[in-house]
Amino acid sequence: MKRLEIKDIEKCVGCGLCMFACSRKFASHPEIGNSSSAILPVSLSGFERGATVIFCKACSEPPCAQVCPTGALKPKKGGGVVYIERLCIGCKYCVEACTLNAIFEREDGKIAVCIHCGYCVNYCPHGVLEYREVKT
Amino acid sequence: MRDSVLIIDLNDYTYEIQSRPDLFEKWIGGTGVAVQLLREHMDPKADPLGEENVIVFATGPFTPAYPLASKTVAMFKSPLTGNLGESHAGGRTATSIANAGYGAIVIKGASEKPVYLVIENEKVHFRDGRVLWGIEDSLIVGRIIAENESGRGIRTMMRIGGAGEKLVRYACVTTETYRHFGRLGLGAVFGSKRIKALIVRGRGKFLPSDPKRFREIYDEIYRTAIASDAMKKYHLLGTAENVIPLNELNSLPTRNLTSAKFEKAEEISGEALAEHNLGRRIACSHCPIACIHLAALRIPYENEPYFYKTIMVSYDYELIYALGSMLGVGSREGLLRLIHRVECYGLDAMSTGVCLAWATEALKRGILTRDHTIVELSFGDVDGYLKAIDYIYEQPNEFYRNLAMGVDHASDVYGGKDFALSFGGNEMPGYHTGHAAHIGFATGLRHSHLDSAGYSLDQKVTELTPQEAVDRLVAEECWRQVLSSLVVCFFARGVYKVDLISRAFEPLGVEVTEDDLVRTGEEIYREKLKLKLEMGFKPEDMRIPGRIFEIQSLRGKLDEDFIREAMNYYVRKVREMI
Repeated sequence: MKRLEIKDIEKCVGCGLCMFACSRKFASHPEIGNSSSAILPVSLSGFERGATVIFCKACSEPPCAQVCPTGALKPKKGGGVVYIERLCIGCKYCVEACTLNAIFEREDGKIAVCIHCGYCVNYCPHGVLEYREVKT
Repeated sequence: MRDSVLIIDLNDYTYEIQSRPDLFEKWIGGTGVAVQLLREHMDPKADPLGEENVIVFATGPFTPAYPLASKTVAMFKSPLTGNLGESHAGGRTATSIANAGYGAIVIKGASEKPVYLVIENEKVHFRDGRVLWGIEDSLIVGRIIAENESGRGIRTMMRIGGAGEKLVRYACVTTETYRHFGRLGLGAVFGSKRIKALIVRGRGKFLPSDPKRFREIYDEIYRTAIASDAMKKYHLLGTAENVIPLNELNSLPTRNLTSAKFEKAEEISGEALAEHNLGRRIACSHCPIACIHLAALRIPYENEPYFYKTIMVSYDYELIYALGSMLGVGSREGLLRLIHRVECYGLDAMSTGVCLAWATEALKRGILTRDHTIVELSFGDVDGYLKAIDYIYEQPNEFYRNLAMGVDHASDVYGGKDFALSFGGNEMPGYHTGHAAHIGFATGLRHSHLDSAGYSLDQKVTELTPQEAVDRLVAEECWRQVLSSLVVCFFARGVYKVDLISRAFEPLGVEVTEDDLVRTGEEIYREKLKLKLEMGFKPEDMRIPGRIFEIQSLRGKLDEDFIREAMNYYVRKVREMI
């Protein structure tokens, strides 16, 4: 299956185009902004020290799904999770459970998590991200 | 369209959010809206360092919808010129303010004790800034706040260094360490209001009215930005690419413009910096170009073998001019150390360089003595300049207190007016290309090279009458009001052409024709001009430094009559326009 991966983090310039792309990913209802973004580039306390890009690594045993009280997050075959928005009560247990801080709070109180669609890769101008086949 | 205006009053630590569709529909955003908000909230006769001064930050309708709409306009009364202050910065300011839901932020009053402000969606926190006050290095201030506040990746962090606290009239506000509201002294206004820092963190969403068309236009802008030549120059060497061409064109102000050719230009060129020092490139938020070039400078410790420190220094053409050629500094290491020192204190590099260049010549001519300057200043001597920058911040004697008020003021006190290189009180940018550049500095409403790009006109058109030059410059400045109201980066002006702008508005639910845009640009120019006149701007009194007529430029020796005629014509034009 295909996954979003980091190809070369040293080339990240912190432009955030991936974050804004993530908001636009659904063709029928693209958003402007970052509320629903499930990917976040951050500096290492100043971009002169470099950057890191935070997103779901598609765990095979996702702790976020384990703590979800309503079944809104379900483990996906091959790793990662499926998010069923209507079941989400906004408790944020998943946010706490993720060691990578890769589950984000939306402005409406619900959450955003990467679905590994690869849309953001098209807008990474410096080849930091890639969308590639991985063995599961 | 996003039309919320956040109004903060530091006198009583209150804030309110107003919805102002009237403003944003008529005046777009950015500069257009900032002019109106400044007029609403400030008396044009306000003391720039008094509590009655007002700061406006304004973003535009394309942020964060489209790439390259990555700038914020700051408007205030300038403590350097005593007139309209406007500066633009990138970094993460624009996207953070927009994602927090605001079109503009207005800051009024002054805090009794030092504070730093944290702004988020619908909320403002007034934080105790007393511990941070007195930390003169803006890099350290940034690091402390970064550790204390949440919002990594979605926040902007504007702050001042020691220069702002000490009210140096050309202190800047630094954002995300390497971008600046550089010109005209916003840092001193922060200092006078006892604001050490301003953090905005935002998470929000807006919906396009035409989803399909929105994604198509986005892709068109993105592809144009990365695939075409429209922004190639900024992408590769950055603005530092200009050093060698301008030097070859006899246009690089050198040693306080006693020459426009610098024999060591190669040493401090964009090419040399890229080859020897370029350590990393970074971008403003939502910009794929990444024009911010950071040099890695390794400095050994004297007397301590195998101990080094490596500092990262952001360089651009303007800094290379002001702290390099203008000071006769031809060593890259020396140049980078000077830039770093200016960065730490939070000074405007251009004004600092021009002030020091004037002081150096004045000392050489005997107008000043060592009693004034304390340290020996001579062109090319980096150590002397490093010390003098410390003194501009510390202001240990009357001379440095005067120099901290700008070259116009210092030369009023000590003389040497002819070689005090400022226009309208603002120190000159690095272009001695010809008449149009200097007319642009004099007539531009910010007295900045980016107002009307006279340097570009000098290079493109050889035969111009004084009237034609003024008309072309004013027309360019009118159009740039549209760009700075949107607020897209001026470097993206080749991407954001009038038809694209008009089409880009459509999916956002706004109908604007190309004619509307051009007309609005002219109206914003007139509004800004009116405000400037109310603040006391007298174009008929514009001082043109005599030095510019003595030195060969790309267009040969400049003709004083030409510029005088242009200025007379401009004065008449101003009267007609308002």
